[in-house]
Amino acid sequence: MTSRSRQPRNGQDKRPSRTVLVLLLLASFTLITLDVRGGEDSPVEPLRSAAGQAFGPVEEATATVVRPFRAVPQFLRTTGELRKDLDRLEAENAALRGELATTVVDRNRAAELDGLLRTARSTGYALLPARVIAMGPAQSFSATVTIDAGTSSGVHPDMTVVNNDGLVGRVLRAGRSTATVLLIVDADSVVGGRLGTSMEVGFLRGRGRVGDRGRLDLDLVDNAVTPTDDDILVTWGSKNEVPYVSGIPIGRVTSVYSSPGQLSKQAVIDPLVDFSSLDLVGVVVDGRRADDRGVIRADASRLSAGPADSGGSR
Amino acid sequence: MILLRALVVTSMVTLAVALQVALFPYLAYDGVVPNLALLVVVAAALVRGPEFAAGLGFLSGLAIDLAPPADHVAGRWALALVVVGYLAGRVRHDARTSALAAIVTVAASSFVGTSVFALSGLVLRDPAVPVAEALQVIPSAVVYDIALTPFVLPLMMRLLQRLEPRRQVAY
Repeated sequence: MTSRSRQPRNGQDKRPSRTVLVLLLLASFTLITLDVRGGEDSPVEPLRSAAGQAFGPVEEATATVVRPFRAVPQFLRTTGELRKDLDRLEAENAALRGELATTVVDRNRAAELDGLLRTARSTGYALLPARVIAMGPAQSFSATVTIDAGTSSGVHPDMTVVNNDGLVGRVLRAGRSTATVLLIVDADSVVGGRLGTSMEVGFLRGRGRVGDRGRLDLDLVDNAVTPTDDDILVTWGSKNEVPYVSGIPIGRVTSVYSSPGQLSKQAVIDPLVDFSSLDLVGVVVDGRRADDRGVIRADASRLSAGPADSGGSR
Repeated sequence: MILLRALVVTSMVTLAVALQVALFPYLAYDGVVPNLALLVVVAAALVRGPEFAAGLGFLSGLAIDLAPPADHVAGRWALALVVVGYLAGRVRHDARTSALAAIVTVAASSFVGTSVFALSGLVLRDPAVPVAEALQVIPSAVVYDIALTPFVLPLMMRLLQRLEPRRQVAY
């Protein structure tokens, strides 16, 4: 290998310099060290927020462009049936199909908004509606998403994020127009949970998988308690409701096991939220503050007036 | 010309990173999305050689590390893509002989890149992902990258070749 690459080809190619490689590797290691050692106030954090400011709008624009295409799979599924009945009405059909595809999306969106409204009413928290515009890949092994609301809408780190099914996660960091949300299924996420029937408390840890197999592990504080299957888990709530507010449903107990060497019983929790198809979420905000977009309040039956409603509707 | 080249390459990387987080999650297989930034780096390695590709790898890795919603320790993808750029650049004479060789190069690069990233995570315990989980993700990442190669790689290579300064690559 070495002897071959040493041979010049056409008199132009030379042996690649190791210096560049070594320098870049050192740069990477330095960056990693700085970020690991720095912890919460690492010197990389300003860089990260700068990148957030720069990439946030790009991701937002990309999400807006690709949003209509998300209905395409549904649209293809109905094509076969439609073709049988409406063979000669192809032209009209195309128009209808396009309309149908957007109606499905609109209907889903309305249902989600309705759900958020219900959540706001049943929990009593004021919710700021936001859209998921980007999702972290599984190759990165962390379950995070970007939402299209940031500090300009009153979103700040350590706020609880819910959707109409239950707890989604918490805000990690917020840029001006976007914010990063750590999902509860992330391997680094720990949520205090309370069993619905026995009121026993425990800690929920994510497994880092988002798809259908996204599960949480529950460690109960009291090791004499055995959770029952199908028992519902709600958030326990943190001090000053930061980062998690109390009483938000998280998931159901699917199986219980005790491992040797561990005192407490452990249970596997199936989250109520489908993390692979997250779209509209609500950030729990202080409802008394005036923000630049409509906040869903518990007492009002409609969105409070705001220049932008659910955020980026077409 | 240099400015134009930098601009085009930057927008390629930015677009790749944005598509990776904003479009491909809807087409994801079990959460795994194709690593477009890695394909850009491999294309650069095949056209321009190891030094350029390692540099571009560092920058695009940094973009993945810092762009929201990333939350891992910064520099991990940068490290992985520097290695990928350098290695792919070293084998470029063989990789450019046939389409199959190019696909094998992409597969190897994808495997190396994802593995280096996963290994750095295991070393730093960030996040504490068990080895079994990592092993599940790597094959699907490789397969997805290969699946996208025929559509993306030739396009990007042609674009990079057009931007090539006067000194033509030998073949």
